[in-house]
Amino acid sequence: MSKHSLDVRGQLCPIPVIRTQNQVKKLATGDILEVVCTDPGVKQDIPAWCRINGHSVIDIETRDTAEIVVTLEVGLE
Amino acid sequence: MTTQRKAVALISGGLDSMLAAKAMLEQGIHVEGINFYTGFCVEGHTHAIRKQDQKKVKRNNALWTAEQLGIKLHIIDVIDEYKDVLINPKHGYGANMNPCLDCKVFMVKKAHEWMLENDFDFIITGEVVGQRPMSQRRDTMNTVQKETQVGDLLVRPLCVQNLPATLPEREGWIKRDELFDFSGRSRKPQIALAKKYGFDDYAQPAGGCCFLTNEHYSKKLIDLWQFRGDKQYDLEDILMLKIGRHIRPRPNFKLIIGREEGENKFMEGYRKQFPYFFCQSHAGPLALCYGENMSLEDIEIAARVVARFGQGKDSEEVTVVFNPPNEEPQALKVKPYAVSEIPGEWYV
Repeated sequence: MSKHSLDVRGQLCPIPVIRTQNQVKKLATGDILEVVCTDPGVKQDIPAWCRINGHSVIDIETRDTAEIVVTLEVGLE
Repeated sequence: MTTQRKAVALISGGLDSMLAAKAMLEQGIHVEGINFYTGFCVEGHTHAIRKQDQKKVKRNNALWTAEQLGIKLHIIDVIDEYKDVLINPKHGYGANMNPCLDCKVFMVKKAHEWMLENDFDFIITGEVVGQRPMSQRRDTMNTVQKETQVGDLLVRPLCVQNLPATLPEREGWIKRDELFDFSGRSRKPQIALAKKYGFDDYAQPAGGCCFLTNEHYSKKLIDLWQFRGDKQYDLEDILMLKIGRHIRPRPNFKLIIGREEGENKFMEGYRKQFPYFFCQSHAGPLALCYGENMSLEDIEIAARVVARFGQGKDSEEVTVVFNPPNEEPQALKVKPYAVSEIPGEWYV
């Protein structure tokens, strides 16, 4: 298991979802990906994408800076 | 043992593609969805920006549809490839800047490539004969098949009984007589089928899911191309066309004026890239400026326009600050234009 991060600040949905999808393709089952975003739409879209593709959202944190950090665990492909 | 056949479904997030995919799932087909992001998709962006839209649920309808269906969804970024479709449409534009037939050809072609790469058997769409004036007529639906080379691997479950049998039907992978014969612009058959399948929440955006069918958006795109002198664009350009009031007082510059707090806040992120104006003496909008070779007179005109949309609009004098990137800001004391002084043709 390894930890990775992805910076999609300033990008509007669905770009953060597409970039998350493309990053997850390169990772292994059990890897952790932290996605740093600014579009509040990710709070719905990344979890929805994870649910339909077999990955798990571990945490969604909204920071004082209005950044949203979605942490997910890569599931089985 | 019977092989489970696999279909890739074009999922727009609307009702028809949802029903088409569901009809195939009902017949035991393994379905996965594909959704192409062109940059002109209606969902997402403006809801993320405008404060008045922030109470709406910010869901991506394609993802939501896939979840309702219990299928995987692959979202593909086609922003760059799509430029050629929009700039040079072989079959021309619809009522606005919508190249619907070329767009459908492009998407089916891309889905066909994906199908071959991922070892799927056929493609499904939610098209209905006669539903759309450009891309969903019997003759143009044939054009899609011919120009994509997809041949009889393209199945339209909602109107399959009105069309020649496809390979999946002839091979018995799917049952034609359990599919549908929808045609025309009525939505009643789809609504009845949605009810039968138990779908009571689905997206049916007026004017479809693409900004290019919107008259105002199309005018702004044409204006951008005329200003540039060519038809190029990038994602940022087309995103900017979705927000603010666009006012072009002179051929060499245009102002994008925030209409509310959400838009002003969003545009603040672009202050390092674009010259911008804001009212200093009164509350008012942020205005980004797309322009070149602006004279002092141009700057004063722009400042008066910006002042007109602030709370000092009825004042004799408003201080407006002009900030060119990497230069010292200039404060201008101007009299705001009266509403009647801004000609209608300035509004893009």
